[in-house]
Amino acid sequence: MNVDQQLIDQLAHLSRLSFDAETGKEMVHDLNRILSFVEKLSEVNTDGVEPLIYMVEETNVLREDVVQLEITQNEGLKNAPKKDSDYFRVPRFVDSE
Amino acid sequence: MHSNQYESVIGLEVHIQLLTKSKAYASDPATFGSHPNSNISVITLGHPGTLPKVNKRSIEFAVKLGLACGCNITRENQFARKNYFYADLPKGYQITQDKTPICTGGTIHIKTNSVDKDINITRIHLEEDAGKSMHDQDPYDSLIDLNRAGVPLLEMVSEPEMTSAEEAGAYLTEVRKLVRYLDICDGNLEEGSMRCDANISVRLKGDPNLGTKVEVKNMNSIRNVQRAIDFEIQRQIQMCETGQRIDQETRSFDAVNGSTFTLRSKEKANDYRYFPEPDICPVIVEQSYIEKIRSEMPALPNELHKRFTVDFQLSEYDAGILTENKQIALFFNALSNLTSNYKAAANWINGPVKSWLNENGLEIDSFPLKPAAIAELISLIDAGQLNFSIASQRVFPEMLKTPEVSAIDIATANNWIQANDSNELQGWIEEAIAKYPGKVDEYKAGKTGLIGLFMGEVMKISKGKADPKTSSQLLKEALDKA
Repeated sequence: MNVDQQLIDQLAHLSRLSFDAETGKEMVHDLNRILSFVEKLSEVNTDGVEPLIYMVEETNVLREDVVQLEITQNEGLKNAPKKDSDYFRVPRFVDSE
Repeated sequence: MHSNQYESVIGLEVHIQLLTKSKAYASDPATFGSHPNSNISVITLGHPGTLPKVNKRSIEFAVKLGLACGCNITRENQFARKNYFYADLPKGYQITQDKTPICTGGTIHIKTNSVDKDINITRIHLEEDAGKSMHDQDPYDSLIDLNRAGVPLLEMVSEPEMTSAEEAGAYLTEVRKLVRYLDICDGNLEEGSMRCDANISVRLKGDPNLGTKVEVKNMNSIRNVQRAIDFEIQRQIQMCETGQRIDQETRSFDAVNGSTFTLRSKEKANDYRYFPEPDICPVIVEQSYIEKIRSEMPALPNELHKRFTVDFQLSEYDAGILTENKQIALFFNALSNLTSNYKAAANWINGPVKSWLNENGLEIDSFPLKPAAIAELISLIDAGQLNFSIASQRVFPEMLKTPEVSAIDIATANNWIQANDSNELQGWIEEAIAKYPGKVDEYKAGKTGLIGLFMGEVMKISKGKADPKTSSQLLKEALDKA
């Protein structure tokens, strides 16, 4: 896979990130290096091997439907960069582009 | 416009908010209407290092709905991350199911004036709701309430097999009825606990290819889903007719003027970059578990409808009204175990009982009488001790005032027991005939319709207690002899 400026721009849009052209170039370079480093793994023959998704073999780790409230509204809002007494506040956005 | 040359193709995505106590992957409350940002947890807030854990009941509810629709239940369930950036989605991804929806296949049966068919279900999968954002409280900020974030949802996707707003309405009505019977969702579109997105396209009749589909969101009632579909069909036909290209896009419904407008176009479409959620181990739904849920399933509307029409010989119409509401259907079902006069039972429920509920703005849960009390009224009528009008207009209202007193006691105490005694009847009949000697002559001269006048008089004199059948027979004999 080859990372180009277009892909970086698309990923930046999806993540709502913005940076200058110089940083964008560095990212193209860095991401390509990271990918070619990982590419080494594709040399291994994985025919007939199921993809590994989980690091444990457990199944059905479920929770009973019981309410446990462990943090308060105050604690929840505490670390927000912007808030009022009831709400998280974010720069105004509307549901259309 | 040649709109009759076109046909429309409609598929619906329904989001069903589950009636669990806690959230899909965390233990904070899933309650609606709490103080903003009070139903939260570190998982809901998407704090680093936290681990989601699946709510057992959400699996149970999904299997219930799947069984009710005749779906295949997926044995090995994986969860996936659907990535997108939005302020009311704290983690930056929604935990959902991608490749292994918990239910596949199955159908919803719909019936309208023009069609009677099954709509196939593509899939039903588990996912979580997002928080709520408010944009009109402040000129610079949007306000975020995360109480709803993480509330469990089932997303039910139909095949594009509906062809009109009417069919879409019938489909939604059936789904809503079903989730209410199953007690897994309150089915309230107005409050958003059930939500519907419609995928709509049009094509020339006979064209094997589908037209470009447009997704319409934000319709908060079945009526509005239908309005949005009607508007969109006309808009798309008009575009085809004027040679314009229909863009694949997401539109929103504007309930005020009944139209739709562009929310986002495909060029800006999200790329959700799904990948397996490594924090949630697979959930295996064993056959034994499915059988256990199956054995606990409540009676479903179509089963009751069938019992009412086939076993009880009720009309489609009666059975339809009786099964519209789960509680009413169960009340009737209980009543049907206490009487064999099913038609009378249906008339009582659909008549006096429902009128009383409507007048008082109550649901049948709050109805003061037990099914046995209605059964008693029916048997008194069948035994000829009460007639329907006395029973419904006098005895029934008294019973509602004093539910602990039986119908027969009320009727006896008020002297409402119908007279079958021919001596008593004979007396009233003679009195009625004596009152109108002129009319008797006219009757004898051939104006037999006058019997109604005498009958009315008999009823008046007897204060409604005269058994209509016996008295009309006796009256006729008396008039002929007079």
